[in-house]
Amino acid sequence: MTRNMICIGCPMGCELTVEVEDGKAVSVTGNTCGVGKKYAETEVSAPTRMVTTTIMSDSGKPVPVKTGTAVPKDRIFDVVKAVKSASVKLPVKIGDIAVSDAAGTGVDVIVTKDTE
Amino acid sequence: MAENISLAVIGGGPAGMAAAISAYDSGIKDVTIFERDTELGGILNQCIHNGFGLHTFKEELTGPEYAGRFIAQVKERGIRYETGSMVLSISPDKEITVVSKAKGLRTVKAEAVILAMGCRERPRGALNIPGMRPQGIYTAGTAQKLVNCEGFLPGKEVVILGSGDIGLIMARRMTLEGAHVKAVAELMPYSGGLKRNIVQCLDDFGIPLLLSHTVTDIKGKRKLEGVTISEVDSTSTPIPGTEQYYECDTLLLSCGLIPENELSLTAGIKINGMTNGPEADDRLQTSTEGIFACGNVLHVHDLVDFVSEEAARAGRNAARYITEKGRKNNAPEIIRIIPGNGVRYTVPCTVDTANADEDIHIRFRVRNVYKGCAIKVGNESTELISKKKRITVPSEMEDIVIKPELLRSAGGDITVSIEEGQV
Repeated sequence: MTRNMICIGCPMGCELTVEVEDGKAVSVTGNTCGVGKKYAETEVSAPTRMVTTTIMSDSGKPVPVKTGTAVPKDRIFDVVKAVKSASVKLPVKIGDIAVSDAAGTGVDVIVTKDTE
Repeated sequence: MAENISLAVIGGGPAGMAAAISAYDSGIKDVTIFERDTELGGILNQCIHNGFGLHTFKEELTGPEYAGRFIAQVKERGIRYETGSMVLSISPDKEITVVSKAKGLRTVKAEAVILAMGCRERPRGALNIPGMRPQGIYTAGTAQKLVNCEGFLPGKEVVILGSGDIGLIMARRMTLEGAHVKAVAELMPYSGGLKRNIVQCLDDFGIPLLLSHTVTDIKGKRKLEGVTISEVDSTSTPIPGTEQYYECDTLLLSCGLIPENELSLTAGIKINGMTNGPEADDRLQTSTEGIFACGNVLHVHDLVDFVSEEAARAGRNAARYITEKGRKNNAPEIIRIIPGNGVRYTVPCTVDTANADEDIHIRFRVRNVYKGCAIKVGNESTELISKKKRITVPSEMEDIVIKPELLRSAGGDITVSIEEGQV
C-alpha cells in the first residue's frame, strides 16, 4: 500500500510517499532529511504528536505547558484532560514538571514560561 | 530637558530583543528597549504551540520558550528595558516621546532608532464582510490571547475565515479547549498557512478546509447566531446558489497581517505600498537616516527565526551607524532591487554597492503558487543567480543570499523574478 503524507517535522512540509507493508514503512521518498523518514515510519505504525496547552495557576492565570515528548495521537485529549484537572502553584520556571506521567502516557507535562 | 541615549529600540518582541542584543554585542551598551506590554516577548507569549527555533537553536521550542531564550540574553547583558512604556511619536531627528506609569510623559533623544513594533491583524472592518455586527467576531490572535493568556474561551461553536497560520493554530487550540470548530473557509484556492499546520491542526481533528470559499453573510443581532459561507469563482466573486449556513457563536478572522507603522509615519519614513512597511536599504535603514527597521514591522515574516536573524543585522548596522558617524565612507553607489514577474516586493529596496560588505539577503514573497520554477536575479546584461524551485507559495518568505561583489558586478539595477516552466 502507498500512503502520501506531509511531514510535520519542520515548516518545509515535505510531501512524503511511503510504501507500507504489514503496518510498517518499507520505503520513504520525498523527504529532505532524516526527520521525514522517522516521521513517516512512526506515522504509519503509531502516530504521535506534541501537545501544548495551558494549566491553571493559583493566581487564576493560565500558564503555558507542553508534553516533554510526543504522545500517541489518540491520547491527545486524555493528556489535555489530565492537565485541565490539575493546577500549579506560582512561581514556576521553564522546565518545571506541571503534571507527571500525564494520563498514564509516561510523559511529563512541563512548564514553558517563567511565571511569577 | 531631553534624556540622551545611544540607541532606542521600539518594541520588546523577538525583533526588538534580537536587535538590542546584537547592537550591544557590537559595542553599543547604552541601549533602551521600549515595550508597551507588561513584559518582554511580544506576540510569542501567546503562541504557546511548538515549532519555533529550529533554525536558531536547532530544536523545536514553544513561543514562550523561544522568547525566554532572548529575554535571558537581554537580562544577562543588563540591557535596559522599560515595559509598560508606550512610544507616542518619533521625530525625524530621533526624539522619542514616550509615556509610562512609572515615568510619566517624557522625551528621549537617541543617536539611532530601531523600529521593531511588529504587525497587527487585519480586522473585520478591513475585510468588507456583509451582514450584521454582533458580538462574537474576533481576530484569531485576539482569541489566542483570550484563551492562552487570560484563560477565557470565546465560544463553543466556531467558524474560522482565513487559513493563515494563526487561524489554523487556533482551530486546534479551540478544539483542545472543548470547542467545536465547524470549518475553516479560505478565499484563495490555496491555504495561507504552512502545510504542516493543515495536517496537525485541521486534518488531525477532522476540521474541513474549504478552499475558494468565503463568508458572505453574518447573522445575529446582539450575539452571533451563524454565518453563510459561499464558494467563490476564480475572480473571488461568490457563486450564487452555493450558500451554506453554519450555526455558530464565534467567528475567527485570520485574514492577514499589516505592519504597524503609525510611528514610522511620525518620523517621516517612506512606506512601501506592497509590504506596508518602511522602504529599507541593505543595512535595513529606512528613508530617515539613523532609523532602522526589522521584523514584522518591516515586512510580515513566516518564521520567527528569520525575524531574529534580520533583527540582529539591523542591530549590527545601527551600532555601526553610531560608531562610524562622521567617518568617511566610499561615495555611495545605489542600485535598486526591482520586484519582477511573480514577485510582490523585495526587502531591501536598494543596495549601496560601494559600501556593502556583508552578504546581502534579498527577501520577498511570490504572488502565486508556482510549481517547477526558477528564481532569477539579474538584469538585461547579466544573470547573477538562477535558483530552481520545486514549488514556491505566497505563504512562505523567500530568501536569496548574494555576495556584495556579485551584486556590484551587475553594474546597475537588478530585478528579482520568477521564471515558470522549469524542471
